[in-house]
Amino acid sequence: MAESSGPLPVVGWLKGAASDDPYLEGQRCQSCQAVFLGERENCSKCGARGKLKAFRMSNQGKLYSYCIVHRSFPGVEVPYVSAIVDLDGGGTVKGNLINVDPKPEAISFDMPVEVVFKDALGRKDRDGNSYISYFFQPAA
Amino acid sequence: MSDVYIMGVDMIKFGRFPEKTVPQLGAQAALMALDDAGLTIQDMQALYCGNLGQANGMVGQRILQEIGQTGIGVVNCANACATGATAFREAWMSIKAGVFDVVLAVGVEQMGKGLLGGGGGGAGISKEGLLGSGTMPSVFAEAGMEHARNHGTTFEQFAKVSVKNHHHSTMNPKAMYQIETPLETVMNAEMISYPNTKLMCSVNVDGSAAAVLVSEKKAKELGMGRAVKVRASVLTSDPFSDRDLVMPDVNAVTRQAVKQAYEMAGVGPEDINLVELHDCFATAEILHYENLGLCADGEAGRLIDNGDVALGGRIPVNVSGGLLSKGHPLGATGIANIYEVSTHLRGEADKRQVQGARFGMTHVIGLGSACAIHILERAA
Repeated sequence: MAESSGPLPVVGWLKGAASDDPYLEGQRCQSCQAVFLGERENCSKCGARGKLKAFRMSNQGKLYSYCIVHRSFPGVEVPYVSAIVDLDGGGTVKGNLINVDPKPEAISFDMPVEVVFKDALGRKDRDGNSYISYFFQPAA
Repeated sequence: MSDVYIMGVDMIKFGRFPEKTVPQLGAQAALMALDDAGLTIQDMQALYCGNLGQANGMVGQRILQEIGQTGIGVVNCANACATGATAFREAWMSIKAGVFDVVLAVGVEQMGKGLLGGGGGGAGISKEGLLGSGTMPSVFAEAGMEHARNHGTTFEQFAKVSVKNHHHSTMNPKAMYQIETPLETVMNAEMISYPNTKLMCSVNVDGSAAAVLVSEKKAKELGMGRAVKVRASVLTSDPFSDRDLVMPDVNAVTRQAVKQAYEMAGVGPEDINLVELHDCFATAEILHYENLGLCADGEAGRLIDNGDVALGGRIPVNVSGGLLSKGHPLGATGIANIYEVSTHLRGEADKRQVQGARFGMTHVIGLGSACAIHILERAA
């Protein structure tokens, strides 16, 4: 399968963008268990060198914090929910919380959410490439 | 090591001055601070300049080109919203180290309008509104909602911060705005990032502030009458915390800094008579009541409800009007805070004077992150 013909990942730590099994990849320090997003040499929690190991992050998590964005830059559709999610098994990720009414009364802390992968709202880079992004939605 | 004193300090009235250059704005405050100290640029042994927007533009040297090219060493600092405080602290350290007896610190910024942050950058596509929001109102809304999560803080309590600071600014002729904003006005203003409405976001303004710092020897020579003693100067960066990568942690960086500051000054929060803290957004101010030890964890909502942090209350916060109404010219803010606290310690704050103020604290956060805290004491 020619990967280059498919959509690109929105961030480097979204793996398998062109496959039917995309996932988010974390890097866990084997010395102190701190979790990072994206490849790196050293751990900034304990300073260990070369101890980071990639792992597949869970698609399940809980809403830690959020805000509801009403004013953004031209071309960004508002309102939407900007969410901070703690994934089960480690790793905190920020993204849009979709399929929820963007109102405080519809959102609760610690609500279970799941990670879903979809086209990046139709956004393309200057070479015309399309992208796969991740989103959160209330868990089924 | 010599104690360090502020002999002159001033700020221009914050506003929008597109017809001026950054060095011209900086020069204005520099001359005002020199006049306040009764000194001239020829007396200065070094210049520490804080500016963010032209961080590679040798702003300090260009200020000297406006007011006197005496050939002294110039250090140009950039440290996000802690830029001005960092320049002040570099000046403080040079005297503490015994290298100089009289130095000048200047903070200056010229701002555009609109949202800060969230610009993205890098390859690929814009992530704003795709992977959440990176704008400053959103980042600080999320930090506020973390407090709401932990302590039940309400939208109304966050909004009350803005009511208070706008009220304070009606007594500060150097603030950008002098306008009362009742609670319903704040809560019904355009929502930017819930829970921050437009009136809960700091104002982007142009501004400058400057201070003349001297050694104890020099202070005695000049007279201690209006001198302000720097009891603590602390700068920290953000320690690792689990969510810091996606949710800048302004709490840990502040808590580390204030602990060091209280130790250095040999005082506690109960000794502080007024605080100018980093209210870049109304949500942020609530967090820092607890971070700075002005109340116990979980008590911040009650502090704003009770009026404890208003002028006349137990521990007045941001009597200048704060970044929310005085305005927030990034590189100038840290020294403008020092001007405000110094003015109270000198008993010269007129209608907004905190009566009998002996100790005051200033606090700024530069996202990314830096925290600078100064504790000042009336010298005479």
